[in-house]
Amino acid sequence: MADVLKKVPVREQDPKVRATNFDEVCLGYNKEEAMAEAERCLHCKNAKCVQGCPVSINIPDFIQQVKEGNFEEAYKVISQSSALPAICGRVCPQESQCEGKCIRGIKGEAVSIGKLERFVADWARENGIKPPASAAKNGHKVAVIGSGPSGLTCAGDLAKLGYDVTIFEALHEAGGVLVYGIPEFRLPKLDVVAKEVENVKSLGVKIETNVIIGKSVTIDELLDEEGFEAVFIGSGAGLPMFMGIPGETAKGVFSANEFLTRNNLMKAFREDYDTPIVHGKKVAVVGGGNVAMDAARTALRLGAEVHIIYRRSEAELPARAEEVHHAKEEGIIFDLLTNPKEILVDENDAVKGIRCIRMELGEPDASGRRRPVEVPGSEFDIDVDTVIMSLGTSPNPLISSTTIGLDTNRRKCIVADETTGQTSKDGVFAGGDAVTGAATVILAMGAGKAAAKGIDEFLKNRK
Amino acid sequence: MYKILEAGKLAGNIYQMVVEAPRVAKHCLPGQFVIVKADEVGERIPLTICDYDREAGTITIVFMPIGASTEKFAQLQAGDSFRDFVGPLGCPSELCMEENLEETRKKKILFVAGGVGTAPIYPQMKWLHEHGVDADVIVGAKTKELVILEDKFKSVAGNGNVYITTDDGSYGRSGMVTKVIEDLVTKEGKTYDHCVAIGPMIMMKFCCLTTKKFNIPTVVSMNPIMVDGTGMCGACRVMVGDEVKFACVDGPEFDGHKIDFDAAMKRQAMYKTEEGRALLKLREGDTHHGGCGNCGGDK
Ligand SMILES: Cc1cc2nc3c(=O)[nH]c(=O)nc-3n(C[C@H](O)[C@H](O)[C@H](O)COP(=O)(O)OP(=O)(O)OC[C@H]3O[C@@H](n4cnc5c(N)ncnc54)[C@H](O)[C@@H]3O)c2cc1C
Ligand SMILES: Cc1cc2nc3c(=O)[nH]c(=O)nc-3n(C[C@H](O)[C@H](O)[C@H](O)COP(=O)(O)OP(=O)(O)OC[C@H]3O[C@@H](n4cnc5c(N)ncnc54)[C@H](O)[C@@H]3O)c2cc1C
Ligand code: SF4
Ligand code: SF4
Ligand code: FES
Repeated sequence: MADVLKKVPVREQDPKVRATNFDEVCLGYNKEEAMAEAERCLHCKNAKCVQGCPVSINIPDFIQQVKEGNFEEAYKVISQSSALPAICGRVCPQESQCEGKCIRGIKGEAVSIGKLERFVADWARENGIKPPASAAKNGHKVAVIGSGPSGLTCAGDLAKLGYDVTIFEALHEAGGVLVYGIPEFRLPKLDVVAKEVENVKSLGVKIETNVIIGKSVTIDELLDEEGFEAVFIGSGAGLPMFMGIPGETAKGVFSANEFLTRNNLMKAFREDYDTPIVHGKKVAVVGGGNVAMDAARTALRLGAEVHIIYRRSEAELPARAEEVHHAKEEGIIFDLLTNPKEILVDENDAVKGIRCIRMELGEPDASGRRRPVEVPGSEFDIDVDTVIMSLGTSPNPLISSTTIGLDTNRRKCIVADETTGQTSKDGVFAGGDAVTGAATVILAMGAGKAAAKGIDEFLKNRK
Repeated sequence: MYKILEAGKLAGNIYQMVVEAPRVAKHCLPGQFVIVKADEVGERIPLTICDYDREAGTITIVFMPIGASTEKFAQLQAGDSFRDFVGPLGCPSELCMEENLEETRKKKILFVAGGVGTAPIYPQMKWLHEHGVDADVIVGAKTKELVILEDKFKSVAGNGNVYITTDDGSYGRSGMVTKVIEDLVTKEGKTYDHCVAIGPMIMMKFCCLTTKKFNIPTVVSMNPIMVDGTGMCGACRVMVGDEVKFACVDGPEFDGHKIDFDAAMKRQAMYKTEEGRALLKLREGDTHHGGCGNCGGDK
């Protein structure tokens, strides 16, 4: 008999093998494993896990269906709240959301809600189950800017209500961070992301790629000339930050966005694609979030020895626990309580090393985390040929600077009402990273959902 | 898909194409660029908008095949399509903005065009001409066969002058564009308040050194390596004074006297291998104009 305090283990590619390929790391549950894990759920009346989920999936209900082997029913339950379950099951920080609240977690391991959700979504896809069809068309046109999780969700929900929705995407491929940022080995592009995008399209949503709002066409033109009655902005927070230390424009210094975009969107890891990427021998990745883990594990797979340089300690790493665990298994070296001071370059302006200083934790700062302070005189050099900066991103000013009457805050984020998505401009709504700054897939989806409702109400009241 | 309506050679190894892209054509202004991707596996390649027709919804691009991707473009014929064609990207040239027109009208302007950088100068002069501003232009090429767009320049120079120069003296004046600038200012009594130089980085660098001597404010169009062109990757960052700027959103035009060209040239050669450099020189043959800063072709 299995230990009820422990999760049914999920099958994964062996760390040694997966460190050399870009195939998915986690293989997911099969039917038997999923049903066994579902047995562990206590079907709490006042389920705490649901409170931890930003879109309030009816978790006990869907797990009950899994336990009984009714996977299609389980999928229907999840679909009521989430449009992208195959994605959330894979990338949500479950330990701080649904699973973090699970009663089972008090005395043992939480129920593996994410893995079960993923199983249900994968099963539905493999068995050709489609999300429920949309209502009759109502003839009202809505434009959605950006095809990341917030845009896809908002568009999908509006289409279900009968709206005629067009998504405008700046890049040549739909999916936002799901295609350009999160790597193949965590989120397969063809099997998972493209299929979810197809699902949204099958609801009647049109996607026009290669359109940069603010450059190719403005929001005011969409409203005044192209017949759109409302606009949702889900343009994300893609602008990378740099540290401002010497050597940062040298050859061999990349933003994590550039490195990941080359590899994921442009598929530089594949021989048959034209875009080049630098295969470093020794790589330093600066930062400790999901983005840093993804960049580090990508560089590792391209053949490098990789160091993560992070100024706080392990407990403060903002990345998902599973990613940190996987990164360690694969052999990523963690240089914690360490901060870069300078990037060292050779006579050709190419990176030859990184000068760092040791840190120690001092008093807690505004975020409640203990503030790292430099240990005087503790500078040391690490020999590296590539440095990847992963210090966070902020919203791009392309839209805010070209749309009259759209308010932004100090951090360049668009100001929008949390429950309706309404911005300072009539008929214009916003959500996701563009409003909150870099956050998570599920929060972006939640914002897209809220805005779809907000837009529906706005247009109904206007009619 | 974005259909290629016309495709052909302008001269030597320089290609010109007219592409159907109505959204770009509706909004673009001189100084802006597009990103072009040939097919599913292709790279995203930035190219300057060299002309546009708002009614027909078309954009003209001019390019020189220097690597795998631009060579792929060169194989395409009228009737074929690009998979992706996005724009207009970057900021319009400050000279070509309605709101600056009053200021611009007061200026004596000199354009300096080098090699494949000649094509992007044309829409700027055309726009200015249509708005009643005539400027002088120096067009530099390696040799007679590579002089492009001479007639078009003459048609938009108005009362301004078109000075053609070739490195080998086979046509027009003789010598580099920098020599012509020197001659015009020191020997021919010309004065200028504003200069725009577009061409290979090495040419822009030396133009800036020359105009600095004469205190002529100079704008250059930077062409660093790019990926997305929307400010998302930072690949295109250049040092302008002591500030880091993203060429794709803050540029591509910058104050040339503030650019660290040596650093920019080294960065641009990032993906260049020893082997690649040799190939580049071989392929470009006599159109090789230097400018990549790494192959030694300009030395
Ligand atoms: C490498 C990486 C790893 C991550 N890992 C995780 C994870 O494990 N778990 C998790 O929950 N979250 C993760 N995140 C965060 C998560 O991906 C984002 O919070 C989420 O994608 C935000 O969704 P969004 O819809 O707001 O914007 P995005 O996904 O950023 O999509 C915005 C889209 O809008 C487009 N766009 C921008 N401007 C314009 C314009 N002017 N015109 C037209 N289109 C435009 C962009 O090209 C983009 O496609 C990660 C992020 C990154 C970068
Ligand atoms: C804003 C902008 C506008 C441009 N406009 C034009 C134009 O109108 N016509 C034109 O012919 N070219 C233009 N370029 C340059 C053009 O984008 C490059 O020639 C092209 O990217 C080379 O791609 P490739 O695959 O053919 O060669 P690759 O194989 O990628 O490159 C060949 C070699 O050239 C180097 N290289 C990479 N990028 C550039 C670059 N941007 N400039 C010079 N060398 C580079 C690489 O290091 C590489 O080794 C422009 C660039 C920018 C950024
Ligand atoms: S969507 Fe995310 S938070 Fe909600 S149940 Fe699924 S994995 Fe948990
Ligand atoms: S809290 Fe845990 S045990 Fe309770 S219903 Fe949710 S998943 Fe099941
Ligand atoms: S090309 Fe990516 S930020 Fe400029």
